[in-house]
Amino acid sequence: MGKIQKSSSVNQKISKTIIYIICIFLAVLSILPFWIMFVNATRSTPEIQSGLSLLPSSHLMSNLQVLLDKSFDPLQGFLNSLIISTFATLCTVYFSSLAAYGLVTYNWKLRKPFFTFIICVMMIPSQASAIGFYQFMYKLHWTNSFLPLILPAIAAPAVVFFMRQYLLATLSLEIVEASRVDGSGEFKTFNRIILPLMMPAVATQAIFAFVANWNNLFMPLILLTQKEKYTMPIMVSLLRGDIYKTEFGSIYMGLALTSLPLFIVYFLLSRYIIAGVALGGVKE
Amino acid sequence: MRRKGVNYSKFGYIFTFPFVLAFLIFSLYPILYTAFIGFTNMQGLIPKPIHILDNPFQNFKDLLFDNASFRKSLINTGLLWIINFIPQIVLALLLTAWFTNARLNIKGKGLFKVLLYMPNIITASTIAVLFSTLFAYPMGPVNSLFDMMGWSHAPINFLQDKSTARGIVGFIQFWMWYGNTMIILIAGVMGINPALFESAAIDGANGFQTFFRITLPSLRTILLFTLITSMVGGLTMFDIPQLFLAGGPDDSTLTTSMFIYGQAFKGSYLYNRAAAASMIMFIISGVLSGFLFYLMRDRDEAKLKKAQKSYRKAAKAAVREV
Repeated sequence: MGKIQKSSSVNQKISKTIIYIICIFLAVLSILPFWIMFVNATRSTPEIQSGLSLLPSSHLMSNLQVLLDKSFDPLQGFLNSLIISTFATLCTVYFSSLAAYGLVTYNWKLRKPFFTFIICVMMIPSQASAIGFYQFMYKLHWTNSFLPLILPAIAAPAVVFFMRQYLLATLSLEIVEASRVDGSGEFKTFNRIILPLMMPAVATQAIFAFVANWNNLFMPLILLTQKEKYTMPIMVSLLRGDIYKTEFGSIYMGLALTSLPLFIVYFLLSRYIIAGVALGGVKE
Repeated sequence: MRRKGVNYSKFGYIFTFPFVLAFLIFSLYPILYTAFIGFTNMQGLIPKPIHILDNPFQNFKDLLFDNASFRKSLINTGLLWIINFIPQIVLALLLTAWFTNARLNIKGKGLFKVLLYMPNIITASTIAVLFSTLFAYPMGPVNSLFDMMGWSHAPINFLQDKSTARGIVGFIQFWMWYGNTMIILIAGVMGINPALFESAAIDGANGFQTFFRITLPSLRTILLFTLITSMVGGLTMFDIPQLFLAGGPDDSTLTTSMFIYGQAFKGSYLYNRAAAASMIMFIISGVLSGFLFYLMRDRDEAKLKKAQKSYRKAAKAAVREV
């Protein structure tokens, strides 16, 4: 008996070691490409071409110089992305919370059909309607405007779904009744009482909506043709072009600059982001 | 509860109105418009009067039967999705089994989750350009690494070979998404009633038995969710292959989204063809998700229905005999 237990604990130790090795390997695999990116952003092109190094060098400023000389304006791209992502995120979380509150609180005839409808349209890929959307925006003279990248965010079926699940689990209708007794209007109740109660869910969804808008390439690429309107991902796509063909140092510099804000946000909010991913998956 | 005289139901309509309005304008109308364009002769940069083709389905017919590039893009999209999804789900399940196993008690789970999920949050465009630079020929970091380790004697031109190019695109997708899948699956396992695991342990089930008999069946809904979202995501795969190799070499990484983009916005302005391709993509995504819902529906419910049906049949037969 004692022998069996001993051998099984030895087995467990071996399998545990293997598991740790695999996990550490995967973690290194996650970090390494970005590490190389940041390190190579500080190395000169000849250095990069002469071999791999994991230690930074001293050519940060010269790489930046070369990058900025070639009409690459990361600041403008950053501002454009920031404007679009911020307003789109606000639209998404506010109107989705509103719709979810309407779904949970009120007893209306089309409540069930509306919910079924939301589940059905959750899966529609935006690429499927891109051609019609572009033609429509072209006729409105809204290409090269940020509006077609912001306003569609009002209808975010997946976020409504998530908010509904959250409200079903947390909202007690007595709060709504009580505020009615106090003479609060329905909109006021939502804005002043319910929305603050929903803050944990709103924050989670806001992070994801922001990142999704920030990273979106397809729609901005179709709609924005003027250089001064480019968003961050379009700027990145310029790095693939001919003007940087041999300037590896500045390509890495550009990549590092465009992803730096995301790394900062991620390491500040990683706990909430991981929790949010987990919550988003547990859909009934 | 509700006092008489005040009917609040109208607020249900009011509160969902902005959503419905935005959906009608920015989603439904564009989809219907795209479908309509698919039946017309809309081409060229300068808008001119368009009309529906004599054979309305001409664009669809051309795409499906005469367009090698489109067919290739469909096959590529499926292929790239499969080579990214199968390793992704296997590794995610494996990590889930390890991380949720109380007996193993792996330390640093939080840190591993943060690191393995990290690639998912970084802009896909940045990652695509980064990888194309990492795999540069003749001297890039990957080639240097292979040289240092002695795995290769001469620099490899990864990006000129069809299978390595596809493999790398598949790998990037896998690398970006397995952490996400893992976190979702772990959350799913946490949601399983612990009593199930306890009774399995009492009955003497080993790790494998517990995983295949309890964990996997309980995760069915979440696996379905993962499968469908990954599938729709895979169908619309654009950023990575577009910026990694722009579809090359020899269209081996051309996906359906890239085909649509290329037809309409890269100088040829074949809006009708692009619209028809979008509709085909839309139909495929609808059929696939419907099929998956059917496959993964609750088996017990299906069994119950079957039982009811046979019961009714038996009852009918009994009535007839009498």
